[in-house]
This record gives sequence, C-alpha cells and structure tokens, in this order.
Amino acid sequence: MTNLMAQLFPPSVLRPMELGADVSIVFAAAALLLILTRRHLWGWLWREWITTVDHKKIGIMYLIAAMLGLFRGGVDALLLRTQLALPQNTFLGAEHYNEIFTTHGTIMVFFMAMPFIFALFNIAIPLMIGARDVAFPRLNAISFWLFAFAFLLFNMSFVVGGSPNAGWTAYAPLTELRFNPGVGENYYLIALQISGIGTIATGVNFLVTILRLRAPGMALMKMPLFAWSALITSSLIIFAFPALTVALALTVLDRLFGASFFTIGHAGMPMMYVNLFWIWGHPEVYILVLPAFGIFSEVVATFSRKALFGYSAMVGSLLAISLLSYGVWVHHFFTMGAGAVVNAFFGVSTMLIAIPTGVKVFNWIFTMWGGRIRMTCAMLWQLAFIPTFVVGGATGVLLAVVPGDYQFHNSYFLVAHFHNVLIGGVVFGLFSGLYYWWPKMFGYMLNERQGKWAFWFFLIGFWVTFFPQYLLGLEGMTRRIYIYPRGLGWSLPNLVSTLGAYAMGIGFVILVYSIVYSMRHRELDLTGDPWDGRTLEWSIPSPAPEYNFAVLPKVSSRDAWWATKHAGARGVAVDEIGPVAVPRNTGAPFMLGLCFFVAGFGAVFSWWPIAVAGLAGILSLLVAGWLREPDDHLFSADEIRRSEAALGRLKA
Amino acid sequence: MIEAKQSRVQGQMPLEFRDEQDTLAILGFWFFLGSDVVLFSCLFAVYAVFQSRVAAGPTPSQLISLGPVLVETVALLTSSFTCGLAIAAMRRGRLRSLMAWLIVTMLLGAGFVGMEIHEFAADVAAFGTWHQSGFLSAFFTLIGTHGGHVSFGVLWAAALLLLLLRQGLTPRVARKLYTFSLYWHFLDIVWVFIFTVVYLTGKIT
Repeated sequence: MTNLMAQLFPPSVLRPMELGADVSIVFAAAALLLILTRRHLWGWLWREWITTVDHKKIGIMYLIAAMLGLFRGGVDALLLRTQLALPQNTFLGAEHYNEIFTTHGTIMVFFMAMPFIFALFNIAIPLMIGARDVAFPRLNAISFWLFAFAFLLFNMSFVVGGSPNAGWTAYAPLTELRFNPGVGENYYLIALQISGIGTIATGVNFLVTILRLRAPGMALMKMPLFAWSALITSSLIIFAFPALTVALALTVLDRLFGASFFTIGHAGMPMMYVNLFWIWGHPEVYILVLPAFGIFSEVVATFSRKALFGYSAMVGSLLAISLLSYGVWVHHFFTMGAGAVVNAFFGVSTMLIAIPTGVKVFNWIFTMWGGRIRMTCAMLWQLAFIPTFVVGGATGVLLAVVPGDYQFHNSYFLVAHFHNVLIGGVVFGLFSGLYYWWPKMFGYMLNERQGKWAFWFFLIGFWVTFFPQYLLGLEGMTRRIYIYPRGLGWSLPNLVSTLGAYAMGIGFVILVYSIVYSMRHRELDLTGDPWDGRTLEWSIPSPAPEYNFAVLPKVSSRDAWWATKHAGARGVAVDEIGPVAVPRNTGAPFMLGLCFFVAGFGAVFSWWPIAVAGLAGILSLLVAGWLREPDDHLFSADEIRRSEAALGRLKA
Repeated sequence: MIEAKQSRVQGQMPLEFRDEQDTLAILGFWFFLGSDVVLFSCLFAVYAVFQSRVAAGPTPSQLISLGPVLVETVALLTSSFTCGLAIAAMRRGRLRSLMAWLIVTMLLGAGFVGMEIHEFAADVAAFGTWHQSGFLSAFFTLIGTHGGHVSFGVLWAAALLLLLLRQGLTPRVARKLYTFSLYWHFLDIVWVFIFTVVYLTGKIT
C-alpha cells in the first residue's frame, strides 16, 4: 500500500506549487459541476457537444482545448522566466525546472498549436469549399476525443505520478529507464501516441474532404489559399506523423518491455531516436506554419479588398516548402558529427526553404500594395507577422550555416529563433484567424478595441521577451540551464526578457477578458458577411446552419463569393432547395476516447489489467462502429426552406 | 480505381464504388496505407542501422534459418492470390465462392502467423530475449509489426465473413471487402521487402 502511494504520489507531485494547483483544479472542477447541475445543463452538454459530429461544433471544442493549452503552457513559461529573472535565483529547483520546460514545450506544440489549427480547419474548411461536412464526420469526432483524452492524460502527470522531465523532444538517453525511472516519461510517450493516432486520422479526413467534396466548379486552382494550405498540411501529417509514432513506440518498448533501441548499453543507439524524431519534427514545423500562411493569405486579401497577388506562385511555394521540409531534418543536430558532406547537404537544403518563403512574403506585401487596407485586429496580426517572421526566418538561415551552428547550437539564440517563427508565424496567424472567423463561429464579433490592446501588449511583449534572448545566446547562455551566476552580463537581458513574458501574459488575459466581454455584450453579425469577404463561408448566415449550405454553390472563379456578390446574385433560389442528410450524433467517439484514456493510464503505470480492460473497450467499440449501419438525420426541403426564410436568405 | 473507371465507361460501376460515401472511404483507406508505408519505412531504416549492432547477442546469419521462412513466404504470397480470387468472385456476385476464398485466405494468414510465433519462441529459447542487442530489438519489432498487421487482418477477415452471412453482398459490405483486400496485398508487398532486406541479406552477410 505504501508502495502504491509512493508510486502515485512521489515527492515531485507533493511540492507546494503542485499541491496549490491541485487545490485550484478541485475548486474549478467543483464549481463547473455545480453550475452544470444547477442549471440542468448535463443533457445539453451531452446532446449538443459531447456526442456531436458537426464539424463546426468540433472546431469550437478544439478551440476551447487550445485556449486551455495556451493557458497551461503560458503559466509554465512564466514560471520558467520567473526563475531566470535574477541570477542565483532559487524560485525553482533544477528538477522542477526540467519538468516545467518539458511540459511547456510539449503542451504548446501538441496541445495548443495543433488543436488551434484543427479548430480553424474544422470551422472554416468545409464552409470555404462549399461542403456540407467533412468526408468522415464520425472519424472527425473520434480524432477530437482521442486528442482531448490524450491532453487530459498528459496533464494528469503533475497530479499523479510526476511530470515528464526530458524536454519536449524527449531525447534518449535522457529517457532511458535506468537514468529516468518513474512514470513521467511514460505519460509523455503514451499521451502523444494517442493524440498522434487522432492527428493522422484528421490528416486523412481533410485530405479526402478537400480532394473530393469541393463545390461543383471549384477546380483545385480555384480553391481559397487556406484550403490549399490545409490540403498540403494534411498530406504532411500523413507522411510525417508515422515517424513520430515509431520514435515514441520504440522508446516505449525500451522503457516498458526491455528492448534495447536507444539505450547506452547493448549496442543501442540514442542518435537513431533523434533522427526519427526530427524526420517527423521538421515537417511538423511546416504542419504548424503552413496553416498560418493560409490564414494570412485570406486575411490580407479580404482586408486589402484585393484578390491575392500571385495565387499560382503562392500554391507553388506551399508545395515547394512541403517537399523540401522532408529533406532538412539533420539541421537540428549538425553537431552530431555526420561529416562535412552530410551537413553541407542539409545546410543547403535548409537555406533553399527561404526562397519559397520569401516569395510568399513578397506576395502578401504586393497584395496590400494599392489596396484599401482596413486596420482590423485580424489585419494587425498579419501586419505584425511579416516583419516578425522575416527576422525569425533570417535567424533560421544563420542557424543553417553549419560552421556557425556549431556556435549557436543549443544556445538561447536557437530558443529565440524558434519562438520567433512559432509565435511570430503560427500564434500570430492563429490569433488573426480567431478574429477573422469568430463571427462565423458564434454569430457575433469580438470587441475590436480590446483586441487591439491585447495585440499591442502581446506584440511588444513578444519582442521584449525574445530579442534579448538572441543576445544571451551570442553571449553563451545555453538552453535549459536553470540557474546562472552574476557577472556574466546575462542578468539584465534575462530580467528584460522576463518582463516581456509578463507583458505577453497580460496580452493573453486581455484577450480572454475580451472574449468574455464580447460574449456578454453581443455585437451581432446579421449579414453573415461582416468583413465584406471573398470566399464561400461568408455567403451563408453566421453562425452557419447545421446543414451549412441550403443549396450547394456553383463556382466559376476564384474568390467565388466576391464574384457572386458583384454579379448581384445573392440569395437562395427556393425551387433549388432539396432535402439534406446529416449524420446523427453518437456517443461512441467519446467512449472510444475514454477507453484509450483508461488503456493509456494502465500502460503509464504498467498496470496491465487496467490497460487490457481499456484495450478490450477500444476493440469492442471499433467492432460495434464497424457493424453499424449509417444513420442519418434528414432535413426535409420544407424545414430548410423555413429556416432559410427565417434568416432572410431566400431570393424574392 | 482504374477498374472503376473502365466499368464507368461501360456504364456500370463495381459494387464497392456505387455509393459516393463508399468511394470516399476507399480513397481515405489509400491515404491510410500511405501513412502505413511511412511507418514501415521507418522500421526498415531502424533495422538497417541496427543490423550490425549485435553486442553479445547473435548475428543475423546465426539467428536466421531460411527453411521456415520459405514456407511462411509461400503461405503469404498464396494468400494474396486467393484474396484476389475472393475479390474476383465478389465482382461476379458469387457469394459462396467469395466466402470460400476468404476462408482460404484467412487460414493461410493464420498459418503464417502461427509459424512466425513458433519461430519467435524458438529464437528466444535459443538466443535469449531482445534485451541483449539493438539488432534483436529491431528484428523482432520490424517482423512483429508486420505479423501484428497480419493477425489483425485475419480477425478482420473473420469479421467480414460474419458480416457476409448476416447482410449478404451489399455495396457497403463490398467496400469493406475491397479495403480489406488492399490491406492484405499491402502486407504481402511489405513481406517481400522483409524477406529481401532481413532474411536474404541477413543470410549472405
């Protein structure tokens, strides 16, 4: 019994900070349960959300999860920066610091950026291409629930069992059992494996959706750029994620089943893990940033009131980036010593990526050239992105210079670089998309004035945080150190960097406040087209009805909705409305996620009866789902006519 | 897909392509197989790197005996052929012959898995567990992953037989049979690579 308690509650989960977090979780959960019960919302939660297969609602659930991830990852970041604010600081111990930078990185990549991207894919892509849903709505719900339960499993680590502590990359031999006993790394490995299955399924789903469910007439080269970026991102997911699956699975075999892949002894080879990880990891960088490029391409055209400049070059450069991204992974470890020829190849291939990326930057600028620019929040994020991302890209090219990299490697220069592209590229893009599509999701606008406050705090905070980190890197400060002495010239830049991080934190708080404020003081979007948009999602009401399009649009040019509006052809013709079948809600995806959670929890602690019970649940649900007949809900033509009439959408 | 196009020209789609949603599922399954190709490619790369990392354990040529592997190979390649015959019977709408060939496919697959398990057990008895070396870990993982896929396929075929008995040959069932056949042929191709890269190469070096 004491043994069990020691396994469940090692000293690392009994520190005051962790216990404090536990108490606040208990209070928050109790408050949530109370509200749901008092207001009789359990049925609503089950019927409207948990069992939904509607891409729009799944997108909103991904968005909520991403904001939770941003909160947890952001708190981690502030803890790290607080520790580094002063030399010889004792706020966090070494082990504690290791755990927090591990969960910060892992959450920001897998449980913030990825779900945020899938949120916007789900919300916008089917509407943009004129589809009634994704190709496999039930699979879409399964992907979400696998992700959600993996997120829960990962976050449980600091409450029960202990956090992972080998960095978000989990390099061997830091993860080797004899150097790293305890269950922390198992949480990392198994949670990412579960969410990875969901991610591959999402990749397949959106690839098929975009290839097969576009509105009649929408040739590939007439698709909105965001749909192109989702298409290419999906193919990157399908052909990159299995490498992560293998890297994680082999580490699990080492840790739980006594294999000798990445061990120091028994002729294992830790560098093989690093190779596999980055064969996935570098395409992953583009899985994160290409959707942001897609969002910017929509936003810049809409708010400049011009068609996107150089459409074909934009598509071509997306394709070029996606192909090149598979051939650059060694640049993450030039110092491995693969030899001059190998390093030269990967150095050059890395620099090549700057060319298509540069093409895109010029095209965004030329789109604005001569346009009538509106300074909305969505557009501000786009404008801030261009110079920020250019700096991040340029420092990336510096890191690709192999001899230089031997100096920069693993220093704060690198830390500053990847935050520069991941925040300046991905997060700015996601915020831009959040402001852009918010009215389409909920039917009301986000407050622009508060949004601008959030924007300025976040942007200035960003530069104040990360510019000093470039200098720190050049001064020799290495990544992941938790303490440093006085007198190295590091004290002032670190203090400044920490102040910047707090400014970003304030920006996030303003953003959340603004969301709550906008929810309570609704500025409704009754037109469905608040930005004078160009693409099909703006042709339908906000929020979109469950069947999306009463009549599937016919497309004859790019920016299909812009063309329709200017031809004066708005509205739905009554006699074209027919019945629409949408798949019925189902609780199976949620139950499947739950079973994966149980199986994963059992595996984390090597409690095999629990793991086997979870697996049995998974198998029986899969068989049941496979045997069942398709079960659709039919909206009759009359119902759709009435609902469209109520929305004032019918042609006179 | 080519067959589908040809019969479309003749004005008739094969059963599994008649429903729009089923064609989406078939395309999605192709993409899933694409990701499985990457999974196996990584395992092959791992095996290639670890092949010579034997530590105190056996070398590939000490471990491998080609006799049982040849029998396994014949069984699996034959099962791919019988799986093709099953789909041919499906196209002609011959339910009994379809089920008969599916049963043969399943038995050959089960025989393959049985032999592989027997061989693994003998290897462990003779040389010890995979803990000994990177090579043994990579060997058992690559071949075990393939064997796991085949085992799953055998269960899938059994479930398809039940479905055929209950529902007969509907377009949906036809689509499920068709995706199973894609999966089964894919595993056959992977085995050809395993046979070459692991067994033949291991025996001559």
